[in-house]
Amino acid sequence: MQYAPTVIGDNLMWDLIGIWFAALLTLCVFSFLYKDNPFYKFAEHLFVGISAGYGVTLEYYNVFLPNLWRPLTQQGKLILVVPFIFGILLFSRFFKNYSWFSRWSMALIIGIYAGITIVGYGSGDLILQINANLLPLWTGKWLESLNNIILTIGVITGLIYFFFSKEHKGAFGAGAKIGTWFLMISFGASFGYTVMSRMSLLIGRIYFLMAGWLGILH
Amino acid sequence: MVDSGQWTVIMKKILEKLENMDRRIIFIFIALSIAIPLLFPVNLNFSVTQPVQSFYDAIENLPPGSKVLVSCDYDPSSMPELYPMNIAVFYQLFKRGDKIITMQLWATGTLLVERAMNEVLKEFPDKKYGVDYVNLGFKEGREVVMVSMGTSIPRTFPTDYRGNKVETLPIMQGVNTFDDLTLLMNISGGLPGTKEWVLQVQSRFHVKLGSGCTAVSAPEFYPYIQSGQLVGLLGGMKGAAEYEKLLKRPGSAARGMDAQSVSHIVVFLFIFIGNVAFFALKKSKKRLKV
Amino acid sequence: MRREVPIVICFLAGLSFILEYFIPHQSVRPFFENFRQWAIIVMTFAYVLGISNIVRVNYHVIHRKGRDWFYKIILIVGLFFMIIMGVFFGGIGEGTVFFWMYNNAYSPLQSTMFALLAFFIASAAFRAFRVRTFQASLLAITALIVMLGRVPVGENVWKSFPDLVEWIMNVPQLAGKRAIMIGAALGAISTALKVLVGLERTYLGGE
Repeated sequence: MQYAPTVIGDNLMWDLIGIWFAALLTLCVFSFLYKDNPFYKFAEHLFVGISAGYGVTLEYYNVFLPNLWRPLTQQGKLILVVPFIFGILLFSRFFKNYSWFSRWSMALIIGIYAGITIVGYGSGDLILQINANLLPLWTGKWLESLNNIILTIGVITGLIYFFFSKEHKGAFGAGAKIGTWFLMISFGASFGYTVMSRMSLLIGRIYFLMAGWLGILH
Repeated sequence: MVDSGQWTVIMKKILEKLENMDRRIIFIFIALSIAIPLLFPVNLNFSVTQPVQSFYDAIENLPPGSKVLVSCDYDPSSMPELYPMNIAVFYQLFKRGDKIITMQLWATGTLLVERAMNEVLKEFPDKKYGVDYVNLGFKEGREVVMVSMGTSIPRTFPTDYRGNKVETLPIMQGVNTFDDLTLLMNISGGLPGTKEWVLQVQSRFHVKLGSGCTAVSAPEFYPYIQSGQLVGLLGGMKGAAEYEKLLKRPGSAARGMDAQSVSHIVVFLFIFIGNVAFFALKKSKKRLKV
Repeated sequence: MRREVPIVICFLAGLSFILEYFIPHQSVRPFFENFRQWAIIVMTFAYVLGISNIVRVNYHVIHRKGRDWFYKIILIVGLFFMIIMGVFFGGIGEGTVFFWMYNNAYSPLQSTMFALLAFFIASAAFRAFRVRTFQASLLAITALIVMLGRVPVGENVWKSFPDLVEWIMNVPQLAGKRAIMIGAALGAISTALKVLVGLERTYLGGE
């Protein structure tokens, strides 16, 4: 059964043990900040193991059973034998003489992704983003017009910078140089946001230690 | 008495020490910059930015009882940023009486979404599984799953997270493709996430799409707001805090804002000191050579 | 068989996804839909293949008593413990051992691993963030404005700080990002085309 049975339930003792266990594992990982040590290594390996086991179990319940096994065995959808065989072929990698069979399955996955990429990037990023940048350079409002001009110059010069088939010299070089300014502003904003993101993650953990474990915050 | 030459040497030594400071000292400052504001909060006020307001309005302007798909594609690695958003989105939808259909493209996030749902359900005990909400669970296949849902959601998700047949659930009656959903909200921790939903679903099936994402990926999604491909954006813990403010339901994101402020100031100071030490040292080395 | 068949499979698989976009007709939809269901199933096997590889590599280290072999035992035990608990002892729902392990081991471990990055980004910013050129100054100034303007303290110091940040995000930042997006889209499409027509074959293992 996938969902119904309860083994631990709403047991307060298990909750308490859970908090202590989580806190100790948190401290094991933080111990790496001092230097690499056995506690960190223990936590690191436990994490990889649990993560892999978790993934396999979820795949079994959420994909293998409902999308393959049950339709194949209970609903008689025999066509599903084809992907089943393709899936099994992937494991031929473990046998030296037959490993080339796995390329068939890999080719299927890679082909699908290549097709998806062409359609997705073509319609979603390329066409719609170019379309969104076709802006009027004079709208009747000074600030709006200025923003549109900056946007247009920024995108065009940015693209000039990425055009490597022509040497960045003269007017073309000047365009590429202006393009780098916009790219630098873009990277700067990304850096600022990255700092924000990383600090948020630490806030989450420190909050857990102080509130959930030590109980010194309310 | 020390002359100017000796001063230069002393300064050089100080600057060298500063530049080669043990990184563990920096670590201590960072930890304190977060722990102290959490212990002694001042609750600094903050305003709501336009992308967050648009996100909130996109839900608020839906007809009551709308069926909304919330794809929660994240895991504990971005939990402090995205978990509060996840809870807040569920809260706003339930409060308005909308129906929630949730799913995950990250295996490692499924139980987190269950946890978020259980937390929100404490405030809405009358909501029934299968009628007011459903968790379709995790599905492997990333973009393939997204495109597949455009043809048939019940075929892509034959059973829900609890093992029920999706076609038999009252909430799923009349839901076959994206056309049968009013709005799509994505809580995105990376790949697959908002970018893929935009590329594969929004541009292909013309679905209204909103995004709550990590701060790392937020700048990347600004072009999608301007192009109208996203109806709103919550960027990182600050975005979540602004959203909580709009909902008048302060949660863990709003609580972390003081710590976020102080830690940013500390990083700013480190960058400043690092540069001052670097350039002063360069200058003093030149002077010593002369 | 070893080279031609995979290239043909790759081409047909990719083509089906492209054709479906251009021929969204009801009569051909089931054909494409079947193909997608296959893809979902094969990708699940690919995931399990990855996990099998983890088991294989770590088993060899344990068997040879190689470096950190003791920790590899912990890894393998953790892996099978989760599978056994999830599949044979109570399932994966709330209140199960599986759920408990997720909440109290997996979740804190992963969160903390990523939280470590906060310390390292601060340390890296102190050591490597140097304003040496005009371009570097642009990067640094934008980063500092965004860092301070995006948090409440910036707004409390100067009321218009968030507006300045929003302008940066919506105009110059957006221009740079859009240029990158368009460039990346062109790159991704051309690479995908090369894969489909068989010009790019690294997935065949160098043959």
